[in-house]
Amino acid sequence: MAARVVSEWLNSCSGCEISILNLGETILDLIPAALELVHIPALVDSKYYGPTGEDEHLSLPDCDVALISGGVRSEEHVEIAKEARKKAGVVIALGTCATHGGIPAQMNVYTNEEISHKVFKRCLTTPPAEMPTEVVPPWLDRVYALDEIIDVDIRIPGCAPHPDWIADALLALLGGAGEWALPERSVCDTCVTKRADKTGEGMEVKRNLTRPEFDPETGVDDMVCLMEQGHLCLGPVTLAGCAGKEGAARCIEARIPCRGCFGPIRDRARPMVDMMGALASVGFKTDSVEDRRLLMNRFIGAHGRLKPLPKKEA
Amino acid sequence: MGRTLRIQPITRIEGHGRITVNLDDDGEVVDAAFHVMGLRGFEKFCEGRPVEEMPRIVNRICGICPWSHHLASIKAVDATFGVQPPPAGVKLRRLVQHLSWIPDKLLNFYFLAAPDFVIGPTADPAVRNVVGIIGAAPDLARKVVMLRQKGSMLIEDWLGKVIHPVAAVPGGFGKPLTEEMRARIEAECEEQLEFAKFTIDFAKENVFPKYLDVIKILGVFESGFLGTVTEDGTWDIYDGLLRLMQPSGEYADFPYDQYHLHIAEQVEPWNYVKMPYARKWGGGFSLDPDDPKGIYRANCLARINTCDRMPTPMAQKELEEFRAAFGRPAQLTLLYHWARLIELVCNCESALELVRDPEITSRDVCNPAEAKAGRGVGCVEAPRGTLFHDYTSNAQGLIQNANLIVGSTHNQAPINISVTQAAKAVISEGQVDQGVLNKLEMAVRAYDP
Repeated sequence: MAARVVSEWLNSCSGCEISILNLGETILDLIPAALELVHIPALVDSKYYGPTGEDEHLSLPDCDVALISGGVRSEEHVEIAKEARKKAGVVIALGTCATHGGIPAQMNVYTNEEISHKVFKRCLTTPPAEMPTEVVPPWLDRVYALDEIIDVDIRIPGCAPHPDWIADALLALLGGAGEWALPERSVCDTCVTKRADKTGEGMEVKRNLTRPEFDPETGVDDMVCLMEQGHLCLGPVTLAGCAGKEGAARCIEARIPCRGCFGPIRDRARPMVDMMGALASVGFKTDSVEDRRLLMNRFIGAHGRLKPLPKKEA
Repeated sequence: MGRTLRIQPITRIEGHGRITVNLDDDGEVVDAAFHVMGLRGFEKFCEGRPVEEMPRIVNRICGICPWSHHLASIKAVDATFGVQPPPAGVKLRRLVQHLSWIPDKLLNFYFLAAPDFVIGPTADPAVRNVVGIIGAAPDLARKVVMLRQKGSMLIEDWLGKVIHPVAAVPGGFGKPLTEEMRARIEAECEEQLEFAKFTIDFAKENVFPKYLDVIKILGVFESGFLGTVTEDGTWDIYDGLLRLMQPSGEYADFPYDQYHLHIAEQVEPWNYVKMPYARKWGGGFSLDPDDPKGIYRANCLARINTCDRMPTPMAQKELEEFRAAFGRPAQLTLLYHWARLIELVCNCESALELVRDPEITSRDVCNPAEAKAGRGVGCVEAPRGTLFHDYTSNAQGLIQNANLIVGSTHNQAPINISVTQAAKAVISEGQVDQGVLNKLEMAVRAYDP
């Protein structure tokens, strides 16, 4: 019998769902014999409040697997997440917003009042107005990762997650496995750039304003490590896997340093502390890193990693 | 007693939406509204970030059109720091902009819109979807799935990431295009162009004529239009002048860094998304379907209406045929689907022209940038409408203030008017079933929000 799949998106951008579509023919071969899409707002007409919208309570269909992307930002997201948990055998947190809060969890350094004040009262083209409150669901106090709200069985990080891992996890589930996780390796562990073990003695860390040296006609394996070239690259503190099962890290392939979109290598890791330590140990001038707290926690602001700073006394 | 219908989630669109319809005691429509249920607040958490990091942050506004955000943002970064890319840097950005639109158009037409037309507007919702299309036309469906994925993976193989890109950098592009990759892009664009031509012919012969009655009534109202054109009025999606057209067809052209003089954003208490409107037309803002004020539309139909011509031969021929049939500006809402396919053809042709330009493989793709205080506006056409990123930086090159107008928001007010109009057209005496309500969603889907 086909596995029934629900897909939902919460505080998200649809990129994870495009990643599902990028499975292409792999997913086509699974539908409808092995997978049945019972609820996926991007593709299938299934409604929360019944076909004519007159039910009182939100409901989702029973399913074997719920793929949930996005962090949890509003009361409605909580309702959907809890309903999915109730109806699903296995819950997959899909993408870094669901696993760690993602980019929108940068919001967690501000209070809700600060955010709505800026958005509705301090934007150039917006005549000042009050924050909308009718029909739209109220915000929670901050952006949460999915596992802060419901139990999560499987985490597939990535912004966006690579289609290889979505297929791998689904096929493992279809094959009867109850668990699935990416191996705990860093981007550097899998990176193919050349390392000369050069120190950064006295060097400032470069911003993304100049380009590293490389020969465009040869592969990434012929390029010197971006960090050794002085470019801030979060490879040392970032979970590997962004290129799927094969290939160099995706940003490095574009000759651009990593910004950590797969999140930390281990649950309790502290990437900023580890990264600053790594920079200092090879002699970089660490005070040259602008905006380090938000830069090194860019994708992982849930789980209390980003909080409002205490207000400075004037 | 009156009742309220709550259509949620609106499905086969690319975001989070809800329709509310209020019926009176006799079951007639009192009013209807389209709500966006989430707000992430990028304008706030941009503050304090290094300006050059923005193109890798704001692309997360949309996972379907991250390239458009990436490119609007990098143009704003260039303008803030006062750096100009070399010609090949601009051409590579243009090339990837066109390439990124191809899978987007295929997704919208075949996966999101076609089920209503091919399976039928009132068909069983269990089959009115891409899986139903796979059942009804398996070979065509397999080809679409394959070509959409191929178009997406081409960009990924070339530039590392296709969803949430990193390749455009201050002063140009992160790496030059090799001859090997150039030849692959050319070959794949030829294949995409063939399929684009098939798609528009297929739609004109088998899809649109069958539903002309629906096209003529659903979501229809008269609005203005906003698009980007070159100095001589040609359709462009990377750079140019903005053209804001009134419902009468009269228009004003202006540089995009003057956008704030022409556009304001209305906040309604029942919608997280702001609703842009034309501030210079003098009437303020009104969503009254019988007398809308300040309302213009964006996205493909708007671009097709505002341009004087298309930049490529096949797309120009399609524009002429479209204009002969529907005039200028064409107002019928469901014509968005037709306009979208004209743009699909144009993107394939434009990408081919660029990839055949000898300069496209130049090694000179980037100029160095320096962080400094400044202000810069970046603007491109996103698939769903004109996209603005406006940054102000301090002396360290950190963002002090940001203003963003996202493409799909231009159509927020128009979607509301279309939904209200559609509800009044298809609901009477309280007779409501899923098929009737799906027609309301079709009025939303045309805009591809």
